[in-house]
Amino acid sequence: MTFVQYLRCLLGITLRESLRFLHQRERFFGALVRPLVWLFIFAAGFRSVLGVSIIPPYETYILYEEYIVPGLAAMILLFSGMQSSLSMVYDREMGSMRMLMVSPFPRWYLLLCKLIAGTLVAIAQVYLFLAIAWFWDVQPPLTGYLLAFPALFLSGLMLGALGLLLSSAIKQLENFAGVMNFVIFPMFFASSALYPLWRIKDSSVFLYEICRFNPFTHAVELTRFALYGQISWIAFFVVVGSLLLFLAGALYGYDPARGLMTRKQGGG
Amino acid sequence: MSAAALALKGVSFSYTKRQVLDDVSFTLEPGEFCVLLGINGAGKTTLFSLITRLFVSRGGAIDIYGYDLHSQTRKALAQLGVVFQQPTLDLDLSLMQNLRYHCALQGLDSGELKARMQTVLDEIELGDRADDKVRALSGGQRRRVELVRALLHQPRLLLADEPTVGLDIHSRQAILQQVRKRCREDGIGVLWATHLVDEVETEDRLVVLHDGKVLAHGSARQIMQETGTDSVKQAFNSLTRSDAS
Repeated sequence: MTFVQYLRCLLGITLRESLRFLHQRERFFGALVRPLVWLFIFAAGFRSVLGVSIIPPYETYILYEEYIVPGLAAMILLFSGMQSSLSMVYDREMGSMRMLMVSPFPRWYLLLCKLIAGTLVAIAQVYLFLAIAWFWDVQPPLTGYLLAFPALFLSGLMLGALGLLLSSAIKQLENFAGVMNFVIFPMFFASSALYPLWRIKDSSVFLYEICRFNPFTHAVELTRFALYGQISWIAFFVVVGSLLLFLAGALYGYDPARGLMTRKQGGG
Repeated sequence: MSAAALALKGVSFSYTKRQVLDDVSFTLEPGEFCVLLGINGAGKTTLFSLITRLFVSRGGAIDIYGYDLHSQTRKALAQLGVVFQQPTLDLDLSLMQNLRYHCALQGLDSGELKARMQTVLDEIELGDRADDKVRALSGGQRRRVELVRALLHQPRLLLADEPTVGLDIHSRQAILQQVRKRCREDGIGVLWATHLVDEVETEDRLVVLHDGKVLAHGSARQIMQETGTDSVKQAFNSLTRSDAS
């Protein structure tokens, strides 16, 4: 296999994921409506309740809407990563996962392609959301949009890898709903997406520690700092470390010799 | 001597406690149409999962055109075209988009193969529907698209796991004829898993799989002679009954 063939494989998988996303209109609008509801309604309602002091990367007082936009961008990645793993479970049940797996490319590469494709589709949704937020007067510096890309890419890969890891351990679609409740909501609420961590610390030090160890918090902070032209090195290392950990687990889960797939499937 | 299209030696497999395949051995030569005959639960799909390396066997060896599936996985898989028991087409994508995706997974340039894709769709009389969504096709048409897709990259060994299940008699015949033709004309090996005895012809190579064991292996005619029966159905019944007793 040559480099060009590897590239063709990546482009083919990315094109397929994009087409699938575009053809599923309800998924498209669902992905966009969810953060917009938070921005237009929740943030408007909580603006007066939650005051945000000046904390990095912000250099002045900001409105609550501006505070939660990076968190909502990361929320899109979180939902998309999980949805993409939902599609892995669905694919596996439908058989097209088998088709992917019998390709002569190395399995780790195929899973990585799937992960990258899902992340790119999610990032397109994030930019669409950021464009709408612009008209809602949430206007980070223009260079921030460019600098946010690598942060979104790493965060998206990390969350997608977590989804992939979960999908390798899930037997049926029904079990997935439970995982959504046990993974998505706790990850989202126990993070800095909706409120700064110092506010949580005021209420509960224990909860604060949980939030600090939550990789999603670091995905949010990496995105937040990048949007304002800065980098949070702690967030960067936690996101990259979590990505490697989740990816290793997912590759293990999908390895036919050692993984979980064999144990989960009955035979005919 | 050229390598066998597929050679299985002492392949065994179990799901936790349940033994599904027990010491399965047989070979399939290039250009041969080999029917893997067995009732549901005989272990056919598990065997396919092992040959496509979705699972890894606990014992034995699988060679595809001389490539050991364990140590030369990618070279071995590159020889394969597979039609799985489950539908694997994307219903919301067009026929052409599905074929292009397959090309990408094989590392092929779909631009270069465009003419070929159109030709294979024409062959199954779906050339004018290349841009239709798969969802709009009938069950039989979808299976035929899966088949031409599996052959698009010109594999040397085709694996088909109950590809005619749930189809009407005409669709079944059309698909069988199509595969037999490719086997004859292109010299590819075909492993065709089924539980339908009427899909076996007397000149076919036949492997009878029952409860994870190979009960008979040879030409269908030879197996009928050995069991002293007049039809594949009788031979199959005779073999599986004597195994049970």
